[in-house]
Parts: sequence; C-alpha cells; structure tokens
Amino acid sequence: MTFVLFALILWAAGWALNVRLANGPARQTRAVQLAVPLIFGATALGMWELLVRGLEVSPVILPPPSMITQSFGTNLGLLWGDFTQTILKGALSGYAIGCGAAFLTALAVDRSDWLREGLLPLGNFMAALPIVGTAPILVMWFGFGWQSKAAVVVLMVFFPMLVNTVAGLSATDRMQRDLMHTYAATWPQTLMKLRLPAALPFIFNGLKITSTLALIGAIVAEFFGSPTLGLGFRISTSIGQLDLPMVWSAIVVAALSGTAFYGLVALIENRTTFWHASQRGG
Amino acid sequence: MTDATAPTGKPRRKAGARWRVPPLPGMILGLIAVWYLAVIPMNVQETLTAAERAGAEVSPPSAVERRDMGAWALVARNPGELGQSWSLDRPRLPSPHQVLVELYDSTIDEELNGRRGLLRSGSLSNRGLAHHALVTLNATFLGFLIGTGLGILLAIGIVHSRVMDMSVMPWAIVSQTIPIVALAPMIIVVLYSVGIQGLLPKAVISAYLSFFPVVVGMVKGLRSPDAMQMDLMRTYNAPTAAILWKLRLPASVPYLFASLKIAIAASLVGAIVGELPVQKGGLGARMLAGSYYGQTAQIWAALFVAAALAATLVWAIGAAERRTLRKMGMAA
Repeated sequence: MTFVLFALILWAAGWALNVRLANGPARQTRAVQLAVPLIFGATALGMWELLVRGLEVSPVILPPPSMITQSFGTNLGLLWGDFTQTILKGALSGYAIGCGAAFLTALAVDRSDWLREGLLPLGNFMAALPIVGTAPILVMWFGFGWQSKAAVVVLMVFFPMLVNTVAGLSATDRMQRDLMHTYAATWPQTLMKLRLPAALPFIFNGLKITSTLALIGAIVAEFFGSPTLGLGFRISTSIGQLDLPMVWSAIVVAALSGTAFYGLVALIENRTTFWHASQRGG
Repeated sequence: MTDATAPTGKPRRKAGARWRVPPLPGMILGLIAVWYLAVIPMNVQETLTAAERAGAEVSPPSAVERRDMGAWALVARNPGELGQSWSLDRPRLPSPHQVLVELYDSTIDEELNGRRGLLRSGSLSNRGLAHHALVTLNATFLGFLIGTGLGILLAIGIVHSRVMDMSVMPWAIVSQTIPIVALAPMIIVVLYSVGIQGLLPKAVISAYLSFFPVVVGMVKGLRSPDAMQMDLMRTYNAPTAAILWKLRLPASVPYLFASLKIAIAASLVGAIVGELPVQKGGLGARMLAGSYYGQTAQIWAALFVAAALAATLVWAIGAAERRTLRKMGMAA
C-alpha cells in the first residue's frame, strides 16, 4: 500500500509543480514550455512504476518501466537488428519509392487534364481505404523478406502523397503564373522557380503524414509473415512467449523511430520552407 | 486583368472537338485491363503446372527449371498453354471475375443456399462475408464512439486548463508520430489474459487510433473563435459553460467533422488489425485465414468489402457534415 500512497503523493506533487509553472510568471519561456510536458511524462512513468509494484500487477500483464528499461538494455543488439530490418530496409525504402513515384505521378497529372480528372478522385478514394489489408497479398507475392514490407509501404504512402503534391502544384495563383508567362518561361522553368517552391509546404505535409503510415505499414505487414527478425515479428513472438518487457522494448523502438523520422522531416521542412507563414515564428 | 485577354497557356477545347475517353471510367477500365493482363505473368508457374498435368507439352519440361525462369520468359515460350490463367483454382493473383464470383458466393449465395445461411438458419452465416463485416463494423463503431467521446472531453479540458494544455498537448501531438498499431496485438492478448474478450479489445484499439486525431482537431476547433467573438461573450459576462456551449462548440463543428473522417477510417483499420491475433471472426481474421490457406480470392473479396465499408463510412460522415453545416449556415 505504501507504494500506492507514494504514487498518489508523486502525482499530487507533479501536478502542483506543473500548475505553479504553467500559471507562473515564466510560462512564456521556452524552458518552462519544455519542462511542463517532461514533468508530466516523468510523473506518469513514476506512477506506472509505483502502482504496478504497489498493486502487485503481474509483469505478464503490465511490466513496470524499470523492467522494460532493463530488457531494452540487455537486448540492444537484437533490437538493433529489428530496427534495421523493419525501419531502415522495409519502411524507408518503401517510403522513398512510394513518395518518389507519387511525386513523378503528380507531375504527370499536372501536365494532363485527363489524368487529373481520372486519377484524383481515385486517389482521394484510395487514401481513405484500409490499405494495410493488402499486406497478406503482398507478403504472398514478394516473400517474407523486407521487399514485401516495402511494397506495402509503397501502396500506403502513394495516394496521400499524390493528393498532397497535386494540391501543392496548384497552389500558385494566376498572377504569379502570368508573370512567369510574360518572362516567356518554359514549363520546366516555371516548375523549378515558381511552382515547386510554392508546393513545398504541401509536399512536406504529405511527407509528414506518410512518415507515420510507412512505419505502420512495415510493422503490420510483419504480422503476416517475416524472417526471424523485425519489430512486428518481435512483438508477435514475444507476446507468444509472454515476454511483455520485450514487447514494450520493441514498442519503444517503434515509437522512438517514428518520432525521430517525423522530427527529421519536420527539421528539413523548417530549413527549406523558412519563408512560409507557418514557419515564421508565431 | 480580364480573363478573355489573359494567356491561358493551354488552348481551350473547342465545342464539338474530337471525342475523348471520359477520365474516371476510362481510368477504372484501364486498371481492370491491367489487372487481367497482370494475371498472365503472375500465375504463369501454376498455369504451366496445370497444363503439364493435363498432358500438354510445356517448355522447359521440368518444374525446377521453370521455377528459376522469369515470368515473362515463360509466357513468351508457352503462348499456347496460358488459357487456364484466368480460371485457376488457387491463383497467385485471382482475376477480377473470380473475385466477383467469390464475393457473390460468400454473400448472397451463402445466405440463400448455404446450410448455415440466413434462409435456413435464420441468422447470418458465420462463413459469409456479411457476418464478418458486421463483426468488424461493431468493433469499429464502438471504438469510434469511445475514442471520439473521450477525445472531445480531453479537448474541452485542454482548452479550459492551461496546465492540461501545456502538459498533455505535446504528448498528444507526439503520439501522432508513433505507429500505434504496434500496440494492437499486445492490447488484445493482455485484455484476453485478464478475462476481457470479444468486442471490447478490438474496440479499445479502434478507440485508441481514433482518439488522437479527434483531440488535435477539436483543440484547434474549440480555439477557432477569434478575439472579437470572445470579447463579445465577455461583454455579455457569459459564464465559461455558456461560452463553450454557444460559441466554442458550434465554431468547432467543421473541425470536428474533418477529424471524424480521419477517425472513422482509423477505427476501421484498428478493428481489422485487432482481429489478426484472435481468430474469432471479422474481416481481418478472414484475410489472415485466406493467407494461411492460399485462398487468394477470399483475401481479395474481404479486401473489397473492407474498402466498401471504409468508403461508405467516410461518405456517410461527409453527408452528415454537409447537412449539418448547411443547417448551421456554415456551408462553403
């Protein structure tokens, strides 16, 4: 019971601290804005640890964070192998192929009205479908290796990326295009100097949305068959062995790589579209 | 600047100009044609094996040699033996009409003529797609309701409490970058081991997936009234509850619908993925069973039903959105 009591005290202390910080005079500073969510997160982790120990929850149901950290530390090599298999080979290669193909298709759509009227409704429709469902088929076609995961990822990222890029390419207004026309700019020149830069915010929006989709596709595809490594494989087999700390470690890896992936895209966006309204301090 | 004199870049199509293929039907027909063509190389190995068993001359004659050859090379060397491509028993890629037949067999035919079908037993056949679709749909709806309900409540809390805003909101945003589906099998197994099974575990996953888009969208929506409108409420000395009820909630409706569309699609994905670890019915279970037993037509049929469900759900929310916004006078 003392653990549970400690947990409640910890919660009260953390919350009180946050209330003071959030309503205090320094709430606009960057340090406080960073500290408050971090304190909240740390409090939640501490509560988790204390409650699991205090209520004697079986580690088969919910392991405490300390056990997860331990398992994470001892299995670093294994998890690194899973990371390269799922994230670097499966998700990233599929992401690159899918987004690249969507970009080229968007350029083609931009040049042809027929393609635009035919592909866009289809693309909007497909973007909402549960494409993860194609995973069993693609695993059957491309085998258990990372290729089938990349194929699932390509399908998942293609349509959201296409829709966003096409929207971006039509983001310039008539005056701007007319100006290019009076300069006698050719289509490639207009594209490079005006329309692509104007489309960048939309393209990055697509890249950010699809970064999460890519990881989901790669992990779910492994539930349908994989070699003996990979995050999805690790999760499903460790559950079979009731090795919950290992499952959580794999989830931590997935979460960290998802956030890092997204953060990387957001960082590149920050550097390349510094001129856009959404990026100029606000 | 007038439109008439402005250079348009592209010549206008004249009335009565050359007839052209209508884009969307043309595109769909094109896709179906590509599908029929793709069936040939995809199934060439199985087709040739079947032809060989039926006594036809196949080159090269040994199956091992054929296995190591490219699909197109095999097609080029055996042009006469490919008639079976579109009617194989267990093809790698079933042709569109085989999928349609499977769809018909596992819905209408199963219910009308099946031993466990609707006509004979009075309830939907547990071998039919309608039953599996309903199982998935139930979990989707339950999860969607829980997820959006909690999401709206949390958003209201975040908008009204600066502490909650500063401590929870960053985590809600970060959680959007995490492949949450990875949690699905664990949630199922853990809930199962504490005695909760059936609909609820799948609904929990659906709820979890639909929760965060709703939180993020609703926070934006509840904050969308501008300073003038908020000031007006303050000059009326309106209590917080009245501001919420009469200004913030109505203003957030367009944002709510935008996130509901994302949330329902995510719920469906959650329900399907949630059905993978526990084989107790549902479209996800159907797909996994199909992939275990090589019943590709069954996977495709389940996939098409899932696609139709997703399209219907998103369309229904879109229709509700248009109606609501029109009645509220906010239609674009």
